[in-house]
Amino acid sequence: MTTRMFGEPIQRREDPRLLAGRGRYLDDLGHGALAAAFVRSPHAHARVLDIDVTDALDVDGLVAIYTYEDLPERVADPLPLLIPHPALTHGRTGYPLANGIVRHVGEPVAMVVATDPYVAEDIVDLIQVNFEPLPAVVGIENAVRAERLVHDDVPGNVGAHLVQEVGDAPLAVDTAPHRLEFRLDIERSASTPLEGRGVYARPDASDGSIRVYSSTQTSTSVRFAIAAKLGLPATKVEVIAPDVGGGFGVKIVHPWPEEILVSWAARVLGREVKWAEDRREHFVSSAHERGQVQFVRVGFDDEGRVLGLDVRFLHDHGAYTPYGIIVPIITSTQLLGPYKVGAYRAEFTSLYTNTVIVTPYRGAGRPQGVFCMERTMDRIAEHLGRDRAEVRSANFIQPHEFPYDQGLVFQDGRPLIYDSGNYPEALEKVKEMIGWDEFPGRQEKAAAQGRRLGIGLACYVEGTGVGPYEGGHVQVDSAGRVHVSTGLTSQGQGHGTVFAQIVAEELGVPIDAVEVTTGDTRRFSYAVGTFASRAAVLSGNAIALACRRLREKALRIAGEALEADPGDLEIVDGIVRVVGNPRTAIPLRTVAVLANPLRYAFDEEAVRATQFARSSGDDGPPVPEDDEPGLEGRDYYSPVRSTFASGMHAAVVEVDPDTAEVRILRYAVVHDCGRMINPTIVEGQVHGGVAQGIAGALYERMAYDESGQLLNASFMDFLMPYATEIPRITTGHLETPSPLNPLGIKGAGEAGVIPVSAVIASAIEDAEGIRIARMPISPDELFWLRRRAETGEVERTGVVKSDRAP
Amino acid sequence: MRVRLRVNGAERQVDVEPRVTLLDALREVIGLTGTKKGCDRGECGACTVHVNGRRIDACMTLAVMHEGDEITTIEGLDHPVQRAFLEHDAFQCGFCTPGQLMSAAACLAEGHTGSDAEIREWMSGNTCRCAAYPHIVAAVREVAGRA
Ligand code: FES
Ligand code: FES
Repeated sequence: MTTRMFGEPIQRREDPRLLAGRGRYLDDLGHGALAAAFVRSPHAHARVLDIDVTDALDVDGLVAIYTYEDLPERVADPLPLLIPHPALTHGRTGYPLANGIVRHVGEPVAMVVATDPYVAEDIVDLIQVNFEPLPAVVGIENAVRAERLVHDDVPGNVGAHLVQEVGDAPLAVDTAPHRLEFRLDIERSASTPLEGRGVYARPDASDGSIRVYSSTQTSTSVRFAIAAKLGLPATKVEVIAPDVGGGFGVKIVHPWPEEILVSWAARVLGREVKWAEDRREHFVSSAHERGQVQFVRVGFDDEGRVLGLDVRFLHDHGAYTPYGIIVPIITSTQLLGPYKVGAYRAEFTSLYTNTVIVTPYRGAGRPQGVFCMERTMDRIAEHLGRDRAEVRSANFIQPHEFPYDQGLVFQDGRPLIYDSGNYPEALEKVKEMIGWDEFPGRQEKAAAQGRRLGIGLACYVEGTGVGPYEGGHVQVDSAGRVHVSTGLTSQGQGHGTVFAQIVAEELGVPIDAVEVTTGDTRRFSYAVGTFASRAAVLSGNAIALACRRLREKALRIAGEALEADPGDLEIVDGIVRVVGNPRTAIPLRTVAVLANPLRYAFDEEAVRATQFARSSGDDGPPVPEDDEPGLEGRDYYSPVRSTFASGMHAAVVEVDPDTAEVRILRYAVVHDCGRMINPTIVEGQVHGGVAQGIAGALYERMAYDESGQLLNASFMDFLMPYATEIPRITTGHLETPSPLNPLGIKGAGEAGVIPVSAVIASAIEDAEGIRIARMPISPDELFWLRRRAETGEVERTGVVKSDRAP
Repeated sequence: MRVRLRVNGAERQVDVEPRVTLLDALREVIGLTGTKKGCDRGECGACTVHVNGRRIDACMTLAVMHEGDEITTIEGLDHPVQRAFLEHDAFQCGFCTPGQLMSAAACLAEGHTGSDAEIREWMSGNTCRCAAYPHIVAAVREVAGRA
């Protein structure tokens, strides 16, 4: 019997190595390589007048110092704008090293190469840069005011402006029986994986090639970028993502200046060079996300059905736009969630500020969109005096309405059409898990004891598995081992396990025979990368398709060997056999041998494949026309459009009446990512996401002062959740298969984070009776909100002032 | 300066500048890269090792301060909590894991495992950005015999 593998909660296979300290992360490689370190701007906006290296020159161990002037053409060009968009009329990118001007604290100004990292850092301190500080633009409001500019040639600090609409939303709002208008504020946060970025380059002078290890989410694209910048054919560049200590979005950006500079310097010097980012560098020179201000107008009927939704928002994209405007596009399109609204208009302006660049962080614009929509649902419920769950339910797209076209254009340039889902069932399930209907009683009882409890709920839909494509290669060797490779990379998602499960199931081989390689351009050169919850959908399906090709070939060859019809064969436990007659069988490893006609026998197995041993009596060539030697399969999966996973979260919180501290008592998740490959891994991903969501709801922010200094650029000051902050999370799964791909799966990596801020805001509001209109909310802020509610400066919930929008 | 350390039971002589941290001495000089650097300033716990049986952040102490000390790193750990981590899926990217395991082994030895809340508190020096916390707590709880 073949054991079922797909859908089983099997243990991760990459783990035993990691448990013994045998992981190979970037900084574990390249022992003895030269060390690179960077002089970075201490100013948010300044002209670079002069760089004086005199004091550094006689330090023992100095190998080289490079400034912008030292860079050759191509390397000296501005960094690429990776995702252009017609609405991004004023896209700007930085230079690998500052070219006369710096636009955020942390921008690289000079690179030092030395014999070891301690010496490299000493030298960085000895280099004197003479800056002429310029006024900085910090915060969305200052960016809009545009009294100062981040880029001289970008009027109003506006990088992009985009409107998407379905129907006439302003009119629908104006003519609706009820309407509301309000503002929401969302702070910045960041991926901050525990391992920072890092690059290690090994040039080979004998053939002019270079191998680069990078802690990246896309080794194939880093390879093409390095090849282009160094003027090398791609065949001379290998890029490998070793074990990667978390990514969460920040490591999809590429090429980072450091990836180009370290590779270039290694070739110039003819030496191995390594750079491992330190923690402060990561805060000020990688990337952040989230920051938005939203202005919402909504019109609805007595049932709470949204007739018109008109959202205008301002998005802070930092100093440059290398990753385009993906984040605000996702916010504006995914904002609609599981709902159908009468008419919708989303308008955003994406603005420059003198702060670190903004690129996707897990959730990628969705947490902001969901915060907007779900806060809106709560406001509607409050206004009508209806149950919050009921109002959501009144707006749901119903199960029979799929595929459902929202009428917008999604982040991949494709129509926003939801493939499948079951929102009413998810809502019922999450209500039951959290005890929604019984809660008012619980709340009242607690109140009688002086305790403040609140319950909250939020729903989301996540476009996952965006194209354009991924590929998979599967090969069976003569020992019966199955080698699988795909080009995208892994940062802890358990790809080595889930891809092996797919292969074990598709090929009928023991999972222990399967070995998976990701993110190594030596093994697979065409790929896009790991982001947008796409790995399982894209590579998973590509690998399954590759397995199907391999299987067909295996059955054909086995059929010849066994003199049986391939249609009568099955593969069980790595043995091809006749269905109903398991004695007529041939191991897959022998099939692999037969698939490769040999002249030379190098071992016992190989003897069976040599020319005189082969029985085939016909006079065709040893490798038939249209066939290839070897037992392998390669295929690609390119989806027509994204799959749409969905889910609903609910939480019960307790707020301390004195200290305003928020404690999460219960947290329930209902999650639908189509068919699950491995529920344990999905659950781990959900936990991780929820934790980052709680972080965004209660703790994390980037505290920039008005001069553009990041005041909390350390793990001491940037509050992240520890074991003490994350509650027990109960997870319920729905499995609504996607009709769009062979495996029926949707992505799961980011889902957990998406609705959390909205859930927590809803629950705090319920506990406190004070409107929550920003995320995150700290005890301090909540304390002052209470004060201001007492004096009438902020609104209490349940106070319906007027139906007319202010 | 020359220092003698006992690392995972073996005598090691290292020659380091006085400013070299124990973490860098282990990783760069001795070549034991299992211990990780997440912040290099005592804020994340990725570099947790045992010194004379106590858990400490190896980035917050200098190698030269450990003449004759008995140091255990992840490479020298052989503890039931490692199996429990595997069974409970207590990590994702694995970067915090060496530190979590060293901390968990010490937390168990210290007996700070009376309740989930106590485990959480005494494991709160170890950041996991992948937030495998619920499963980490479950793994420690199981080894403590409370599962
Ligand atoms: S690296 Fe030592 S505590 Fe973070
Ligand atoms: S497993 Fe990634 S940081 Fe803990």
